[in-house]
Amino acid sequence: MLKSTLAAAALLLSALAVRAEPVDPADWDGVLAEARGQTVYLNAWGGSENINAYLEWANGELKERFGVTLVHVKLDDTANAVAKVVAEKAAGRDAGGSVDLIWINGENFAAMKQRGLLLSPGWAESLPNWQYVDHENKPTIRTDFTIPVEGQAAPWGMAKLVFFYDTARMDKADLPKNAADLLAWAEENPGRFSYPQPPDFIGSSFLKQVLIEKIEDPSLLQKPVDDEAFVDVTEPLFTYLDRLHEVAWRSGRTFPENYPAMKQLLADGELEIIFAFNPAEASSAIANGELPDTVRSFTFPEGTLANTHFLAIPYNASAMAGALVTANFLMSPDAQAHKQDPKVWGDPTVLAVDKLPEEARARFAALDLGIATLSPAELGPALAEPHPSWMERIEEEWKRRYTAGN
Amino acid sequence: MLDSLREKGLVLDGVCIRLGGRVLVSLTRAVAPGEVLTVMGPSGAGKSTLLAYIGGFLDPAFTGAGKVLIGGQDITGQPAETRRAGILFQDPLLFPHMSVAGNLLFAIPEALTSRDERRARAEEALAGVGLAGMGGRDPATLSGGQRARVALARVLLSGPRMLLLDEPFSKLDQELRQQTRELVFAKARESRLPVLLVTHDPADARAAGGDVITIEA
Amino acid sequence: MLTRLGPPLTIFLLTGPLLFGLAGTLLPAFGFLPVLGGMEFTLRHFEALFDAPAIWASAGISLAAGLLTAATSLLVVMVFVAAWAGTPLFARIQHMVSPLLSLPHAAAAFALAFLIAPSGLLARLISPELTGWHRPPDLLIVHDPMGLAMMAGLVAKEIPFLMLMTLAALPQARAVETRRLTTALGYGRVAGFVYGTWPIVYRQIRLPVFAVIAFATSVVDVAVILGPTRPAPLAVRLVEWMSDPELSFRYLASAGAVLQLAVTGVALASWLALEKLAAALTRRAAGRGRRLRRDALARYAALMGMLASALAVFAGLAALAVWSFAGLWQFPDVLPQNLTLKSWVRTLPRTAEPLLTTLLVGLAATFIAAVLAILCLMREDETGRRAGQGALALIYLPLVVPQVAFIFGLQFLLIMGDLLATLPALILAHLVFVMPYAYLSLKDPWRAFDKRYDWLAAGLGKSRWQRFFHVRLPMMLRAILTLLAIGFSVSVGLYLPTVLIGAGRLTTITTEAVALASGGNPRIIGVYAFFQMLLPATGFAVATLVPALIFRRFHGMRV
Repeated sequence: MLKSTLAAAALLLSALAVRAEPVDPADWDGVLAEARGQTVYLNAWGGSENINAYLEWANGELKERFGVTLVHVKLDDTANAVAKVVAEKAAGRDAGGSVDLIWINGENFAAMKQRGLLLSPGWAESLPNWQYVDHENKPTIRTDFTIPVEGQAAPWGMAKLVFFYDTARMDKADLPKNAADLLAWAEENPGRFSYPQPPDFIGSSFLKQVLIEKIEDPSLLQKPVDDEAFVDVTEPLFTYLDRLHEVAWRSGRTFPENYPAMKQLLADGELEIIFAFNPAEASSAIANGELPDTVRSFTFPEGTLANTHFLAIPYNASAMAGALVTANFLMSPDAQAHKQDPKVWGDPTVLAVDKLPEEARARFAALDLGIATLSPAELGPALAEPHPSWMERIEEEWKRRYTAGN
Repeated sequence: MLDSLREKGLVLDGVCIRLGGRVLVSLTRAVAPGEVLTVMGPSGAGKSTLLAYIGGFLDPAFTGAGKVLIGGQDITGQPAETRRAGILFQDPLLFPHMSVAGNLLFAIPEALTSRDERRARAEEALAGVGLAGMGGRDPATLSGGQRARVALARVLLSGPRMLLLDEPFSKLDQELRQQTRELVFAKARESRLPVLLVTHDPADARAAGGDVITIEA
Repeated sequence: MLTRLGPPLTIFLLTGPLLFGLAGTLLPAFGFLPVLGGMEFTLRHFEALFDAPAIWASAGISLAAGLLTAATSLLVVMVFVAAWAGTPLFARIQHMVSPLLSLPHAAAAFALAFLIAPSGLLARLISPELTGWHRPPDLLIVHDPMGLAMMAGLVAKEIPFLMLMTLAALPQARAVETRRLTTALGYGRVAGFVYGTWPIVYRQIRLPVFAVIAFATSVVDVAVILGPTRPAPLAVRLVEWMSDPELSFRYLASAGAVLQLAVTGVALASWLALEKLAAALTRRAAGRGRRLRRDALARYAALMGMLASALAVFAGLAALAVWSFAGLWQFPDVLPQNLTLKSWVRTLPRTAEPLLTTLLVGLAATFIAAVLAILCLMREDETGRRAGQGALALIYLPLVVPQVAFIFGLQFLLIMGDLLATLPALILAHLVFVMPYAYLSLKDPWRAFDKRYDWLAAGLGKSRWQRFFHVRLPMMLRAILTLLAIGFSVSVGLYLPTVLIGAGRLTTITTEAVALASGGNPRIIGVYAFFQMLLPATGFAVATLVPALIFRRFHGMRV
């Protein structure tokens, strides 16, 4: 879990200066030729079994189709990979870096883009499979957390905050319709709701969902945090949390570590409402025997947080061609359809199915999204992510207030 | 007479062993080949320490001085393995992880390289102590007297230049003790080995027939 | 010549990483960390440390964990041995407890977690019939703020350890004779033991007790699995800071490591005071001739403590085994609705690499430790000087100094040498912890070896190494293989040194398992816990079976 930071620090001492050949995605045959035989180190969160298994599948496909080896460097926090590249840059290692591809969005993407740590100029929109990407209807593909992507990261999957409940234990009519409702429900059903402890990504996302609903002027969130106003404008959020913790699971004295941990809690009936950033999470868990088949999904009618997650290439990647080939493959109809299968991962595609060739369209149509997955129409409006600085400040404030139990 | 002793026998020249400042043993003696010198004294008197000094494995807690010569050669500074001082303890101490034959083969000097000859030599030695054909046995299955005889055969096979006996009969019962004693002394005489016997049993000393030194506690 | 190198090499390999590591931790704490541009003395990082939220609460939990774990385990072991030694029941329980010794701490912690959690096996067994619970009660059992679950996990692991140490010390204390004497004088079983035998036994097991205190004050893996989270014990927070993407947090982590050192120091000092108090009380009671014959309650309480700690771990492991084959398994079902191999099929390929690292590092570190231990003991034979109390303390040093306090610094040094996350570095780090156990486990059998075999072989004209390989080694094969098994099990269980020196690139079964703890998927944890159990157990099986097989024809080689 420390690998990235440590390697980073190591590099401060031993800087290697290797110049790589520039790679041009426009010359795709050239890219394919160069990529053959390369090993791509994909730095990606490793906390979910089905995602890890999906990347193992991708490695097999890449090897067979393009002669590229994909190594999944499992992170517990994407920030570690960012730190690794930061340290490499500080050490003057401008080529031959240890990270070839990062699974990224939000504040990590913003940080890398702002510091010039990403491969530029933009390359994602020159990839062969970009033609199928649904950038017209999915605005978060070109604007990530208010930051323009500018082709410096290839869209990989769509995320939307979706809640899950067990129909065997809870009546559909009782489902909360917004954050305020959720708190009221929690107060009537003490001990049955919780969220992963920030800075877990999903836990922090829940805080943002509440903030968006509770802040007086939501337009503030589209701009960087104003430090002076921060305390005032976030007061409703922390008032909400103070009340929620009193009636939360274990009285808010401890929190689940991440969203996979909440699944067994739902299965056992400890929690009645859980959530994830993947609409197919429940179906996928049902298929894996982790949740009973009575579990269903719901969202808030006025919208829940939504975003896109990406693959980015650091400016000093060693296997650039291999990274481009990998990003393009993971964006391909084959890889995207496989990924959307709830038995595999269930992560929604970034592609526009109607743009696809007949055969691929049929594959998507044939996908059984699972009994517990909402159709795109039922998913409700997408709330835009706040500027990345909000997440950082909220996490800091959360730690300050709640590190010690009461 | 003295010259021939110097040539073939065991000579202890001014040997003195101390523990801290205390002198445990101090003696000058010569033992002719085939003869037995018996050292008597109560336990704890340092008898065994004398053997350890001669054999070259004196515990570093003790300090020893004086010369040990065998066949005219000064072996005082030599490591234990080159002194060729065969030793028998009160326990036969057959190696428990080797068969009887294995114990004997282990003792035969490496100079004899032929496998068959080594085996023949071991078998012959076994027969010599009345245990013909028992080479395949696990030492743990032998009787006390049989073990004592294998131990004797083993030490003789190693081609020693002297025998150091550390109360080797004390754990045997009366009858067996008599037999074993006779066998050991007969073999020593036969091989013309100088023998140093340490014991607290006067019967041992009588059977040995040689000089007797008594050391005090 | 070679043996002459033994002791200095061992001391260098043990104390070198320790001292350099401590220095590497202290310097950044006071502002020196050239890698990050820290070049001047400052107390800023300590100020930041003391400003960190709930830092004193964290330190307090660590301190309490050290003292309570040691006191509880020691008390249970003492009263149990006092009350039951020499009975058939004692032998049976001893056999039951000893396999726990080789179980990694993390595996025992998982076992306990899946037993006592509100949705754990225990609650499932009695629900809803006895409890009326149709869903798990909302009780904070695992991760409780007082750290009781964590301490229970530690106690379950330390009881077998202290038990073994006590058993090894008993013969020298002439326990049987003393018991006859005190019984004849009319003392109760427990009182007689505590007055007559325990002081002698305790002197022998004092260093292991210190090791327990040091370990419990700075434990990370058990704390992550069972310990409090708001705030977490000190060492857990230090490791979090150390792994923060923001590199400047390393100053804070280093300052925290100094605090950890102080916490462990205070724990040990408090223990010394407790020792004095306990000794005085015992002396007074003995002086007054208090017979304390009615000790049945204490005797059965100790028996229960012993049984409960062992059975809890076994039951928890059984639950984990079922989890690894479980499909859907909802509360309050005692068994899963369906069984599947899915978890195994998915997880096995992923275990290959950590398994290989575990084996490689464990075997290499253990083998080196065995060679060093043998060289040291051979050297002792040559010089006639045994390692004194001082040398013994030196050997125990890596076990008494909290791991975080010097592994942090060691990590910096390895980074500077560009050796971090390399196999040799990881083997060295493991060696530091394996070496003490290797030496301590071999020392007694080595000294008990009848040296006359050696003299006899010398008299047969065999050189020193011939004697070693043909006489000493085969005759001590069992003891040496036991050393290897113990060393290997220590290596398999090492969490923090592996996490920090392996830096995530070299992972073992234990670090992978603890990393998975956060995902909370009991099916996958079950698979990893199986390997955590299997590896050390295999080591001990080899140590028992191989000599039995090789020497099957020789009765004298049986134990």
